[in-house]
Amino acid sequence: MSTLEIRDLKVAVEDKEILRGVNLTVKSGETHAIMGPNGSGKSTLAYAIAGHPKYTITGGQVLLDGVDLLELTVDERARAGLFLAMQYPVEVPGVSVSNFLRSAVTAIRGEAPKLREFAKDLKGGMDALAIDAAFAQRNLNEGFSGGEKKRHEILQLELLKPKIAVLDETDSGLDVDALRVVSEGINRFRESGETGVLLITHYTRILRYVKPDFVHVFAAGKIVEEGGPELADKLEAEGYEAYTKAAV
Amino acid sequence: MGLNEKPLSTLHEKSSYNLDDFEVPTGREEQWRFTPLSRLKGLHNGTAAASGHVIVDVDAAPEVTVETVGRDDARVGKAYVPADRVSAQAYNSFEKATVITVPREVVTSKETVITLTGSGDGAAYGHIVIKVEPMAEAIVVLDHKGSAVYADNVEFVVGDGARLKVVSLQDWAADAVHVSHHHAQLAKDATFSSFVVTLGGDLVRLSPSVSYTGPGGDADMSGVYFVDAKQHLEHRLLVDHSEPNCKSNVDYRGALQGEEAHAVWIGDVIIRVAAEGTDTYELNRNLILTDGARADSVPNLEILTGEVAGAGHASTSGRLDDEHLFYLQARGIPFDEARRLVIRGFLGQLIEKIEVESIRERVMSAVEAELAR
Ligand SMILES: Nc1ncnc2c1ncn2[C@@H]1O[C@H](COP(=O)(O)OP(=O)(O)O)[C@@H](O)[C@H]1O
Ligand SMILES: [Mg+2]
Repeated sequence: MSTLEIRDLKVAVEDKEILRGVNLTVKSGETHAIMGPNGSGKSTLAYAIAGHPKYTITGGQVLLDGVDLLELTVDERARAGLFLAMQYPVEVPGVSVSNFLRSAVTAIRGEAPKLREFAKDLKGGMDALAIDAAFAQRNLNEGFSGGEKKRHEILQLELLKPKIAVLDETDSGLDVDALRVVSEGINRFRESGETGVLLITHYTRILRYVKPDFVHVFAAGKIVEEGGPELADKLEAEGYEAYTKAAV
Repeated sequence: MGLNEKPLSTLHEKSSYNLDDFEVPTGREEQWRFTPLSRLKGLHNGTAAASGHVIVDVDAAPEVTVETVGRDDARVGKAYVPADRVSAQAYNSFEKATVITVPREVVTSKETVITLTGSGDGAAYGHIVIKVEPMAEAIVVLDHKGSAVYADNVEFVVGDGARLKVVSLQDWAADAVHVSHHHAQLAKDATFSSFVVTLGGDLVRLSPSVSYTGPGGDADMSGVYFVDAKQHLEHRLLVDHSEPNCKSNVDYRGALQGEEAHAVWIGDVIIRVAAEGTDTYELNRNLILTDGARADSVPNLEILTGEVAGAGHASTSGRLDDEHLFYLQARGIPFDEARRLVIRGFLGQLIEKIEVESIRERVMSAVEAELAR
């Protein structure tokens, strides 16, 4: 049983205040959708929690099971059980997918996985996400299409089994087939009921495949409305206009 | 034309077997301005007497002939005429040359490894000729180690349709000084690939050059270097396209760490009037890992013909990319390991091109050892 607690989080980028006091609690077994227009600060929230060096925390706390993540380095946060699926996964030349995944699994588990077991897990994970076996030998995200990058993020999610996963627009840029494959991956990850998901999205489409328990509307750097799945339906019908106007 | 005031072609027009044709460099010359002359131990001014030894040991493929010859051997100095003062000094000072011949149409069954071991007892001069006759194929490894003050010239003479692959490892002891010219002369349709790995030594200045004597030649030149505190590692490439329809590709990559770690890379490519259809690209990338390290990277391209198939160059020097490190760390990989993965990847992409497995592994583990420092 894990809890991610975001308390009055304030974040600036290059002296510009972006997050203006975010409060949110995600418990294992729960899926929270954060929905908001472009530029409202959704990715800023994701990156700030993960510890990206560009984002300056100007106030608040982020606790994972009582431990203040903001005091930890990026890799310590990941080893504490946090995972961020990035909106734009980074291309790393010269580092192969298999080498990267083995290093990551080793770091997270605290010991190197048995080679055969790892090969089996990797193959199973790739098959389930319809990722070609040849990807293992390719350079990390290099030359991957948008959809391939996103599937690869979910592969990592399934291999690393974090306590809390933050998924930043994993659905954007996917065609319907890819969206279904990726959603199934997220649902497999949720199945155990021991993990929490913070699903950031611009569109309601993914929420038909990955059912949220809570929906939060994000605008101008803070949560402006909260509710259950029905709130997504309202957004689908009415858009963000009401919120963006109110927030400015 | 960058920092040069004169065209490249005129900068490279002087060459001579005669030492007196070259002034003692002062450090102000375009050719010498990056090199700390005071650390050359006299190789540049005639004060480095040939009192030391670099032992040349050849483990040859059975199909090749290996000869140790005198200064007057007709095959010495045929392909290459010394292009600077130290090169001319070496040419006038060596006692015995090593000549390796790969006979016509012979494909060697294994690589020929030339080990050059410095014995740390004063300056030494050397000369090597590697002659690959028409249609023959060979792989040659030059493995430099030990402690030395050494100046030498190496001639690669690649015949019509022949293929030569060379790996040159500069794995010297920390106090070594090495100034070397590697010249490849490519006949019609010859293929030459060179892979330079420079890790050790106080000062290494290696000048690989290529010339063509017929159309269709193809030169691929790669290099990897890892510069530690106080080391000066300099690579000066010259590709002189004087024949039509030849290719050249240069890709040198280095990592630098520590106070006064200094890398110099000069990439000169000349495409002369007759060299229509030339296809050339040169690239140098430096990864600066710490403060106090410096990389000078100067690509120069002079095109004298209107008809090239392709000509380009690029040079980048920068820090490790924060985004790369963030991505790896966000997956739990600790900073030091993430950094190693990225550097290993940066250099490894080139090292993968080394075909001889034992050499590739040795280079990779040498890089690992550098990374572990
Ligand atoms: N790295 C950055 N540098 C400069 N401005 C940024 C950076 N990241 C985000 N911003 C700014 O912060 C605001 C929120 O951006 P972001 O968090 O990416 O929004 P969202 O993910 O909701 O589209 C935008 O105005 C954007 O321009
Ligand atoms: Mg975003």
